[in-house]
Order: sequence, then structure tokens, then C-alpha cells
Amino acid sequence: MQLALSPEDQAFREEMRTFFTTVVPEEIRTKVLEGRELSKEEIAGSMKLLDDHDLAVPHWPEEWGGRGWNDLQRHLYLEEMQAAGCPVPLAFNASMIGPVLAQFASQEMKERFLPRTKSCEIWWSQGFSEPDAGSDLASLRTSAVKDGDDWVVNGQKTWTTLGQHGDWIFTLVRTDPEVKKQAGISMLLIDMTSPGLTVRPIELIDGGHEVNEVWFEDVRVPGENLVGEPGQGWTMAKFLLGNERVGVAPVGATKAALARAKRLAPERLEEPLVAARVAELENELLALELTALRVVAHSADGEPHPASSVLKLKGTELQQAVTELLVDLAGPASLASGTDEGALPDWVHRTVPTYLNYRKASIYGGSNEVQRQIIARTILGL
Amino acid sequence: MDFTYDDEQDALRDAVRGLLGKAYSDFEQRRQTCKADPGFSEQVWSQMAEMGLLGLPFSEEDGGVGAGPVEIAIVCQEIGRVIAPEPYLHAVVLAGGLVQACGTPEQRQDVLGALASGERLLGFAHDEPGSRWAPTASAVTAAQDGADPDGGGWTLTGTKEPVVQGARADQLVVSAALPDGGTGLFLVDAGATERTGYPTYDGGRAAQVTFDGTAATPLGEPGRDLAGSIATVQDIARIMAANIAVGAMETALRTTCGYLTSRKQFGVTLNTFQALTFRAADMYVSLELATSVVSWATMVLQTGDPARVRDAAARAGLQASRAGRHVGQEAIQLHGGIGMTAEYSVGSYTAVLTALDHLLGDGDHHLADLAATVAGHGAIDPLAVG
Repeated sequence: MQLALSPEDQAFREEMRTFFTTVVPEEIRTKVLEGRELSKEEIAGSMKLLDDHDLAVPHWPEEWGGRGWNDLQRHLYLEEMQAAGCPVPLAFNASMIGPVLAQFASQEMKERFLPRTKSCEIWWSQGFSEPDAGSDLASLRTSAVKDGDDWVVNGQKTWTTLGQHGDWIFTLVRTDPEVKKQAGISMLLIDMTSPGLTVRPIELIDGGHEVNEVWFEDVRVPGENLVGEPGQGWTMAKFLLGNERVGVAPVGATKAALARAKRLAPERLEEPLVAARVAELENELLALELTALRVVAHSADGEPHPASSVLKLKGTELQQAVTELLVDLAGPASLASGTDEGALPDWVHRTVPTYLNYRKASIYGGSNEVQRQIIARTILGL
Repeated sequence: MDFTYDDEQDALRDAVRGLLGKAYSDFEQRRQTCKADPGFSEQVWSQMAEMGLLGLPFSEEDGGVGAGPVEIAIVCQEIGRVIAPEPYLHAVVLAGGLVQACGTPEQRQDVLGALASGERLLGFAHDEPGSRWAPTASAVTAAQDGADPDGGGWTLTGTKEPVVQGARADQLVVSAALPDGGTGLFLVDAGATERTGYPTYDGGRAAQVTFDGTAATPLGEPGRDLAGSIATVQDIARIMAANIAVGAMETALRTTCGYLTSRKQFGVTLNTFQALTFRAADMYVSLELATSVVSWATMVLQTGDPARVRDAAARAGLQASRAGRHVGQEAIQLHGGIGMTAEYSVGSYTAVLTALDHLLGDGDHHLADLAATVAGHGAIDPLAVG
């Protein structure tokens, strides 16, 4: 047992810290740390900047731009990125479709998509969830029917995050209604400018436009856009959702948010109940970070560590708890959500929208109830 | 950054697990052992001495083994797994730790040698009526009779309670208020005190120990305020108590899961009911998070920096307290009525977790310490060096 990082890991951490705090523009980092919304250009530009330094997709296969880092290095990279407020590379590109294509797609498809996915030249959207297929994803109904060389797609996807910016959408579609529901699913890549494809905004409780419905009405998709083989979609979806053991919990971002809360309202820390609440949150965050380190330091190659579910579950709870703390620190001023000006401190305006927005965290990526189910079944054998 | 044991540490864990696991493989053995005085097995204690466990933390010249915190933590976790009633934490980590930290070379050799060989059981007489985990004493006072040039002539007066294994202990390390202020430590022949022993709810024993002008030998330099040393040894013991709690929680959770998959009601096993399995999942979350912080605190102990150890002990203590209550309470609830019985193991695990929680500061006590300094730092960096 050894507490300190090795000199090499320590140097690596310093290198990351220096990069994120000097190369990435401060203006955009401040925006992230303050929880303000980023434009498409800011997110894509930031990913492009990382890619210019080979830092957008370090976990991809080296052949396609990965760095061959170990899990601990990836953890340190993500922690330093979040602590500095650098926008995290677009998850749909970097963590979702990129690794799936690298694993399952034909050489031709990889060459066609991976370089532009890495640089964010293509903005990917995710077309998985449907109105009747949320946590029960395998019940999805959007159909793709072969017509000549093309697939003709009909149906509706929902909760498509930032779909209003999307150039392409990777979808799970039912290509065979006759077989067991998981076996009839395929993954299809669809150009979002295709005729018959419509994106409609869903207004959320924070007043923002973050997610969308995506409708498909006889959308024709070239046969070559099917990833791998028909019927492999469920395997790919499980790979996409289940292969993460690094970065499952947003530890760095939550730590930065809590430290910021202390800076914004130092006078409130003189109240014993507030100080105790903050101290308890800090301790739980410490426990979470150390658990994440245990996971990354000792994962068998390729196998997700079972404690990943703990990270998702607790990580999102703490992320939400810090947004809740900020609302309480703002107090009556938290009501003033509809303006950025006036007599109140700047930071209070975003507290409640952020709090409401982050209720999503315990729902997406496998709801926390799904995580409990995974823990009970696969870890505890219940 | 490495959370794994090396080969020697693995071997130590296997050896301790072999010894304690064999002694208490059947919960009934523990129950019967706890029923009869002194509330632990003298035979197991001797075997622990033979294995070198009782001298593990002490230097070789003092009759010990010179092992580090990770090794002590391994022993503590194994004790927790079977809730072995042997007073390792009190005799070795606390009382022995104080002799090691404060004793003269002669005292260390004499006392620690006898402790390590198992021939002398040490007790730490510190808690007093009204005290709450402070490293100071007030109810027992020390006095020096005349001006003895050899530093002798010290006596103690007052009452300590509860003193774990106070009635069985051969020698006591006693904290006492010094005549010129501060808190000193004294070695006292336990037989020279007035002792009233009684069983405690965790299966152990405690005593009221009364000193009435009782002869005492100052530990280390006479008249010196040792509150700082007491605080540091308390912090070490907090981290070790948390290691015991982690071992106990592991067994409590494993036992609970075993019960959920075997007990049938309504014609099906209990794990059919999601209301129960989700609660078990939450127990696992609490246990994993506590394990992480306790392992980290054990590694911080390796750095030997008292300020960092103090912070780490409070953090491990807080996490273990919260987790211990959660896991202990749910272990009983998920069992139902059987969990309430003395015959079945799981309630005793909850009792031991409760005792550990209140031994050296409960969660709220540690939280108050942490809250007092919360404004003094930004984000916490567990990997910070130096």
C-alpha cells in the first residue's frame, strides 16, 4: 500500500494541470466553473483544441488517435480537466460512438468517421431512448426496413441531448421484429439532414433547451451506414454503456463546484450547520474520489470494475447535493433566475436552474435504481 | 498510489485469518467466550502473542516486530471480520502505543516486552465521568509526595470509567491531571486499585477503576504534559478502530446477503423482493466508500505526520461511523426477527460497530472537528504529498 503517486504519475499530473490551466482559454473555463451554458462553437472548438494536442480521445485505440494510457493516467487527465473547468470532450463522440466504431465498424467506416469524430468536425447525437423505451431500452420500436440497398427508418427517439446541434445521429433500430427483442436490434448511422428527419425541442424544468425529440418518417439511409452486422446493435449498446470504469463519477467537477461554493459564500461557513454540511459533503467526495482511484488503480484489463456502479450512484448523488447546497446558500436571492443583472450577486441567478437541471444525473446513463439492481445482482449475488 | 498488499502482507492476513477464523468460525464459540470472564479467550490471546501480533507495532529492541500501520490494520480488519473479543485495540494499539510513544527506553523494554509475550495485559484508563474523547484528564489527579530527586513518590487519586478490560488488566496506563497543569501518563499496578468490572453490550468487559493515593510511575519524563502524544495515539487508534469496523461491516453485509438468498417467505427467497435487495445495495455503497477512506487513512499513517494523521483519523472516523450505523441497522432490519436474537450473529456485529463508534469519537464529534476547519482550504487533494 502506497499513498503517493509514483514520480512518473506525479509528473503526468503536473503536465495535465499545466496544459488545462494555460492552453485552454480562461474565459471558457470560467463559464464552465460558473455553470453557464456553452455554445456549440465553444464545445466543438474546445474539443478541437484538445485534439490538436492529441488530448481529445486518449482512451481510443492508438491507431485512431488514442494514447495508450493506463486507467490511472486517464483518471488524472479527467480530474485535472474538470478541476480546471475545461469542457469535457463531447461524450457522444469521444465516449460513445467513437469507441463503438473502433471496435465494431468496417475499416472503411472507421476511416470515414473516426478522424472527424475525434476533432468534433462531426457533432454526434445519440438516438437510443424512445417514449416507451427508457431504462427498458430493448423494448425500442423505431424500425428500419430494407428496401433495395437502403434502410427505411420510421419511429421516434427522445431525450436526444443537444440534438439541435447534431450533424449525425447513431441510432438503435429494430431490423428484425421476429426474433427475441435484443437480437432484432441494429446500429445505424443517420445523417441528420436526411429528408424525413425532424428535431423538436423539449423544454425542461430549468427553462433550457437541452434535449429533443427526433422523428423519423420514411428516412432513407444507405445500407453501408449499418455498423457491423444486423442484429449486433444490442451488443454494441451494452459495450457503449458498460465499458466505462474511468470517468464514471464527475469527481473533479463536483469538487470544483463545492470549492467554488465555499468561495462564493464564505460568511455562511461561520454558521455551524452550514459548515457541518459542507464538511460532510467534502468527506463523502473524498470517499468517492478514493473509490474511483481504487477502481482505476486495480481494474483488470478490459473488465469493468464492479464498483463502477457505486461511482455512478454516489457520484450523481453528490453532484446533485452540491447544486442543492448552492441554492440554499443563495437563499431568497435564488428566486431571481430570469436575469443576469441587478443588485444580487452574479452567481445566485443560475443556482436553481442548475439544481433543477441536475436532477437528470441520477436518471441518465442507467438510472440509479438500475445501478442498485446491478450492485444487488452482479456484486452481491441477490 | 497503490491499494494492494504485498506478498508478506497477504501472508500475514492469511495467518491471522487462519488463527481468528478458526477460533471463531462458529458464532456460538464467540458467544460462549464472551459469556465467561474475562470476555475473551486467554488461549487465543496467547496464540496471538506467539504469532507476534501483540508486538507488531513495537520496535525489535523493545521486544516487538517493528511492523507498520498497514500490518496493524490487517490484524484489525481480521478481528472485525469475526468480531474477535480479544482486546487488541485497547491493549496493543492504545496502551502499548502510549508506552511506545512516551515511555523511557527501560519502560518500553519492560512493558512492551511483557505485553508482546502475552504475559502482561495492559489497559488504558482514560475515560472519565463526563469526558468526551478529549486527550486530557481531570477526574484523576496526580500528586508528588515531597521532592523526590529520582522522580518517584507519585500517587493518583480519582475515578476512571469505563476502562475496557480494567478488571482483567495486569497493568494500567493512566492519564491524570498534573499538579502544574497538563495531562500526564502513569503506569499503575492494576492490583493496587479498586476495580469493579462488568460486562458490556458488545460482549466485552469494562470496569470502574478508583485510585486513592495509589502509587504510580510517570511514563517518560515526570511532570511533562503528554496531551499531544495522547491525541496522536488516539488518532492512530481511531484509524485502527475504523479498520475493525470495515471488517465487521463486510461480514454483516455478507451474512445479510446470505440470508436474503436462503430465507423463504411467501414461497420465495427474500432476494425476490427488490425493496430488500436495493437496501442491501445501499449497504454495499456505504461499505465501499468507508473502505476507501479507511485504507487511505491507514496509508496517511505511514507518513507519520501528526497533523495529517489527525485530519485522516477524523475523516476515517466520520465515514466509518456513518457507514457502521447504516450497515449495522440495516443488517438487523433485513434479517427481521432473527436479527434481534443473541444467538444469531448479526446483532452482535451491530453491537460491536456501535461500541467502536463511541470508543474514540463518534461521527458528529469528528464532523465538528472537520467543520471547524472547512473554511481553511479549497478542494481536498488526497494525493497531495508532503
